[in-house]
Amino acid sequence: MSADFLYGIEVVINGLMAGVLYALVALGFVLIYKASGIFNYAQGVMALFSALTLAGIMSGQVPFSHLINAIFGTDIHYFGWNVPVLAAIILTLIVMVIFAWGVQRYVFRHLVGQEPIILFMATIGLAYFLEGIGDLMWGSDIKTLAVGLPQGGSRFVEDTTAGLGGDDFFGFFIDKLDMVATVIAIILVAGLIAFSQYTKQGRAMRAVADDHQAALSVGISLNFIWVLVWSLAGLVALVAGIMWGAKSGVQFSLSLIALKALPVLMLGGFTSIPGAIVGGLIIGVGEKLFEYLIGAPYLGGATENWFAYVLALLFLVFRPQGLFGERIIERV
Amino acid sequence: MKQDAIMDDNTPFVTADGRQIGGVMMDLRNITLRFGGVEAIKSISFNIREGEIRAIIGPNGAGKSSMLNVISGFYKPQEGEVYFRGTKRPPMKPYQVARQGVARTFQNIALFEGMSVLDNIMTGRMGHIKSNMLVQAIWAGKAQREEDESREAVERIIDFLQIQAIRKTPVGRLPYGLKKRVELARALAAEPDLLLLDEPMAGMNVEEKEDMSRFILDVNDEFGTTIALIEHDMGVVMDLSDRVVVMDYGRKIGDGTPDEVRNNQEVIDAYLGVAHD
Repeated sequence: MSADFLYGIEVVINGLMAGVLYALVALGFVLIYKASGIFNYAQGVMALFSALTLAGIMSGQVPFSHLINAIFGTDIHYFGWNVPVLAAIILTLIVMVIFAWGVQRYVFRHLVGQEPIILFMATIGLAYFLEGIGDLMWGSDIKTLAVGLPQGGSRFVEDTTAGLGGDDFFGFFIDKLDMVATVIAIILVAGLIAFSQYTKQGRAMRAVADDHQAALSVGISLNFIWVLVWSLAGLVALVAGIMWGAKSGVQFSLSLIALKALPVLMLGGFTSIPGAIVGGLIIGVGEKLFEYLIGAPYLGGATENWFAYVLALLFLVFRPQGLFGERIIERV
Repeated sequence: MKQDAIMDDNTPFVTADGRQIGGVMMDLRNITLRFGGVEAIKSISFNIREGEIRAIIGPNGAGKSSMLNVISGFYKPQEGEVYFRGTKRPPMKPYQVARQGVARTFQNIALFEGMSVLDNIMTGRMGHIKSNMLVQAIWAGKAQREEDESREAVERIIDFLQIQAIRKTPVGRLPYGLKKRVELARALAAEPDLLLLDEPMAGMNVEEKEDMSRFILDVNDEFGTTIALIEHDMGVVMDLSDRVVVMDYGRKIGDGTPDEVRNNQEVIDAYLGVAHD
C-alpha cells in the first residue's frame, strides 16, 4: 500500500474521532429539542460550566470565594483538600441536575406554549447567566482538567502500523485522548439509546416529544420529563466538557464548541439521535479529508474552520430537514 | 320525583335488562367552567356510578367535551366540586388524575405518531411500572419483571381489540379507524377504574361503529370498567348506555335512562329546535 493512501486512512480515522466529539455536543441539543422544542443555545456554556465545576471541585476550590472574600473581607480560596475524580464527577452531576431543575422551575415552566423564538431567546439569556455564574463560582482563570485521561499519540498504534507502508510511512498517529473519548462517547450514546427505548422514563420521554396532551392523559408529568431531559443534556455536556477540557484546558472558548455542533445538526436533523452521530462523523471526516486532499495542497490550508458551515449551507438548500430529521410536511 | 331518588341513592341496583350498577364513583357538584366571559358549563351536577356506561350527549357546542376535560383534569372549573370515591378531589394536574385511575381518549386522536402501536399501548402502563429510574437504568430483576408483566397485559389488550397484525406499525401510518382503536387500547392498558371516551365513533362508517360499540360493551362486561362517553350517534347512545346526561348551551337539560331522556320534552326541543313565538 502506498504511503499516501495510508495517510489518507489516518486522516479518516482522526476525522471519525473528531466527529464523535462533535456528535457528543450535538447530542445535547437533540435531547432537549426533541422533548421540548427548545433550541438550547446554552448547551456549549453548559459544557463549559460543568467542566469548570468539575475542575473546581477536584482542586477543592471554595465556590463563590471571590464574592465571599469581597463581602466579608476574608481571604479563603481553597478548602485544602483534593476530591477524587469519580466523586467529583458525581458531585458535578448533582450540580447539573440541580441546574436542570432550576432551569425548568424558574424559566421554562413560565414559558410553556410560547413561540420557539421566545424559548430560544430565553436560552441565550440562560447562556450568559450561566457563563457569569461559572465565573463567579470558580473564577475566570484558565484551569487544567487532570482527570487521568491519557495524552499524546499512541506509540502502540504507531509501532504496530509502521510496517504497513514503505519507507515513507511511519505508522498512524492517533491521539490516545481521542481514542478514549471515542470509546466513552460510544458507551454514552448506546446507554442513551437503550434508556430511551427500553425504560419507562425513556418511553415517557419519547411520548412527551411526540404529543404533550396524550402524554398527560397516560399520567406522565411534563415537568418531570423536562427536568430529566435537561439533566441528561447536562450529563452529555459534562462528558463533552471533560473531553474538550482535557484536550485544551477549561476556559471560555470551550463554550464555542456549541458552534461546531450547529453544522452537525443541520446535517443530522435536530430531532434524531442517530442523525447527530452520523452528522458528527460526516463533518469530522469531511473537514479533515477536505483539508488533506484539497485544502492544504490547493487552497492554502485552514479550511477546517469553514468547511463544516459550507457543507451545512448546502444541506439547508437541498435537504433542510437533515439526513434523518422528520420530514417537514405541511398538510393543507 | 321517584327517579331522582334512585339517582342520588348510593346503593347498588340492577337495571331492567339485568345489569349490575354499583354506588356512586364520581360525583360532580355544581360545576361551572368559564373561558373569559363565556360560560361553557353552567352549574352542572351529575354522577357516574360504579360499573355503568354513562353517556353525555347534546348538540354541538353544548359543553360535552369541556365536561370530560374537567373530569380528566385538563380544565379547572371555576366553581363546583369533584368527588371521586367519596372524597373531594383537590385541584389536580391531568397526569395526577390519570394516576388515580382515570384514563381517556380524545376527540381528535392524541397518539404518539412516531412510536409503534406496541410502544403507544405500553405508555398506558406508566402507572403500573413502579421501579425507580436507577433500577430501570441498570435493568435489574424487578424492573425486568414489571416490564414483562406489562408486556403481557398489553398483549392481552392487543388480542382483545384484535390489532395483533399492526402491533409493530408506527401509528402515523394507520388509518383513522385503527388509530381510534389503538387509542382505546392505550387507555385500557392503564387498567382504569373510569374510562372516558370522547366521541369514540366520530367519523367511522357503520361497520366500524358496530365494532367499536361491541368493544365498549365488552370492556364494560369483562373488565367491569366504568365508562363515560360522549357520542353523537343517537342509536349508538341509546343502545350502549345505562344512563344519559343531556347538555345544551352549557346547561343540563336531562338526566336518566335512555327511555326517560328520549321522552323528555326539553331534550326533544334542543335536538329538533323549537318554534319561538
